[in-house]
Amino acid sequence: MEKKARQFGYTITRDRQIDYDANKHDISKIVAAAEPSLNLCISCGTCSATCSAALFTDFSLRHVILLLRRGETSGLAKEVAKCMLCGKCQLVCPRNVSTRNLIIQISKAVIPAQL
Amino acid sequence: MPKHVIVIGAGPAGLETSANLAKLGIAVTLVEKEESTGGHVKQWHALFPALLPGTEALDAIRKGMPENVRVQNKTTVTGIEAVNNYFTVSGHNGWQEKADAIVFATGFQLFDARRKEEYGYGIYENVITSADLEEMFATGKSLVNRHGNKPERIGFVHCVGSRDEKVNNLHCSKVCCITAVKQAIEVKQMLPEAEVFCFYMDLRMFGRHYEELYKEAQEKYNIQFIRGRLSESAEDQDGNIVLKVEDTLLGKPLRIKAGLLVLMVGMEPLAGTKSLADKLGLTKVPDGFIQPADEVLQSNFTELPGVFVAGACSGPKSVSDTLADARSAALAVAGFLKL
Ligand SMILES: Cc1cc2nc3c(=O)[nH]c(=O)nc-3n(C[C@H](O)[C@H](O)[C@H](O)COP(=O)(O)OP(=O)(O)OC[C@H]3O[C@@H](n4cnc5c(N)ncnc54)[C@H](O)[C@@H]3O)c2cc1C
Ligand code: SF4
Ligand code: SF4
Ligand code: SF4
Repeated sequence: MEKKARQFGYTITRDRQIDYDANKHDISKIVAAAEPSLNLCISCGTCSATCSAALFTDFSLRHVILLLRRGETSGLAKEVAKCMLCGKCQLVCPRNVSTRNLIIQISKAVIPAQL
Repeated sequence: MPKHVIVIGAGPAGLETSANLAKLGIAVTLVEKEESTGGHVKQWHALFPALLPGTEALDAIRKGMPENVRVQNKTTVTGIEAVNNYFTVSGHNGWQEKADAIVFATGFQLFDARRKEEYGYGIYENVITSADLEEMFATGKSLVNRHGNKPERIGFVHCVGSRDEKVNNLHCSKVCCITAVKQAIEVKQMLPEAEVFCFYMDLRMFGRHYEELYKEAQEKYNIQFIRGRLSESAEDQDGNIVLKVEDTLLGKPLRIKAGLLVLMVGMEPLAGTKSLADKLGLTKVPDGFIQPADEVLQSNFTELPGVFVAGACSGPKSVSDTLADARSAALAVAGFLKL
């Protein structure tokens, strides 16, 4: 479609909206069941400020958690692969989110979904 | 026999409760561990939102204190016992009295910022607390950092020791967002050239005229608000503090230097209050703040008849909240004593 569009000299702008109703929310339910502290995140960004991976990539655990909770899961497998599982985020989280296990559970949940 | 009530703690809560009880004809002993009354407000140079000087507020509260209030100062209450239908209260220095009812007005303690080691208080000279800043304002000297320079940039860190389960304080301290806005404005008034930043998770402007003060901070003083929580700070060779936060609204890690960093320390329950409550057999002291019998309908009652609470010992409060709570405590006590 996009190729054709280029051929014929017009462009298609993709809708940027989060289509919450169309998105699938089963992955966030699976992850929340495996690691309930997912639901305690308050998006403060302390994890992402301290994150070893965030210095060199655009990885942000805070952002990943939000994507998951909105059902925006298509890019998650690529995202969580950037995490080095160093655990620094777990030391700083004010809500005691079990961040390392959360990332492991997200990986488990999204990798089969994207194969 | 006239009824006798012991009020523990002579901050704004204890002073206002005592004055109102006395006006109702009740004899009051107001016990205070320090030499003078006034509690934490003695340390606050100016009170939000209208910058009323702390000393003026206290003078107004103390003014016209009825004669049937006796202040027992330099006495830390260490024991309370319920005996039949009265209470025996004793102090660390051997002082002891009986009362028909008691009021906890023991307030709070400031969070010890050294417990958040990664923020550098007590390690880097240019990291101070909001309480230190009030003290600097009170001296009236020009604002300089610990190296004697005027800081070009000042950062305020919200929620230090509050909303942080790593230090066991889940609660919000309620007053520190508006205190940060107030102090940011005061700093800008002293150093108009300086840049001032507030780092916050949520801005809780719950009180009357707080939102207005926040808007004034933006409009008149160009104070910058960055939504992100400090993860750690470090010191560079020049003594500047280098902060690491995520700018969560942009979704990028942010590094920023400040010549002075102010930590907005929260209110914690006093350890001594918890131990007194334990001695009395109060069970509802979930996090060290005394829980009223009912938070909506009976905010000054506890689960024990004759034992009342007023002010910040039942949870973070502003001075105006504290005074209103104290007046209502006096009425609750009078009702109990069937006056
Ligand atoms: C940094 C900071 C800035 C603030 N600025 C403002 C402001 O600008 N405006 C505003 O409205 N509010 C402000 N507040 C809130 C204000 O400090 C409180 O509302 C007020 O102090 C509560 O009064 P209180 O009497 O309940 O407690 P306190 O002020 O803590 O007083 C309690 C008293 O009890 C005494 N005491 C405790 N235990 C015992 C014992 N066992 N025996 C004997 N005596 C005892 C203490 O010595 C103390 O004198 C600020 C708070 C903080 C942390
Ligand atoms: S465990 Fe992953 S998300 Fe957490 S700090 Fe390390 S790299 Fe970042
Ligand atoms: S530190 Fe914890 S609460 Fe803050 S954004 Fe990360 S996971 Fe969420
Ligand atoms: S009042 Fe503001 S700074 Fe204080 S604990 Fe609550 S959110 Fe944090």
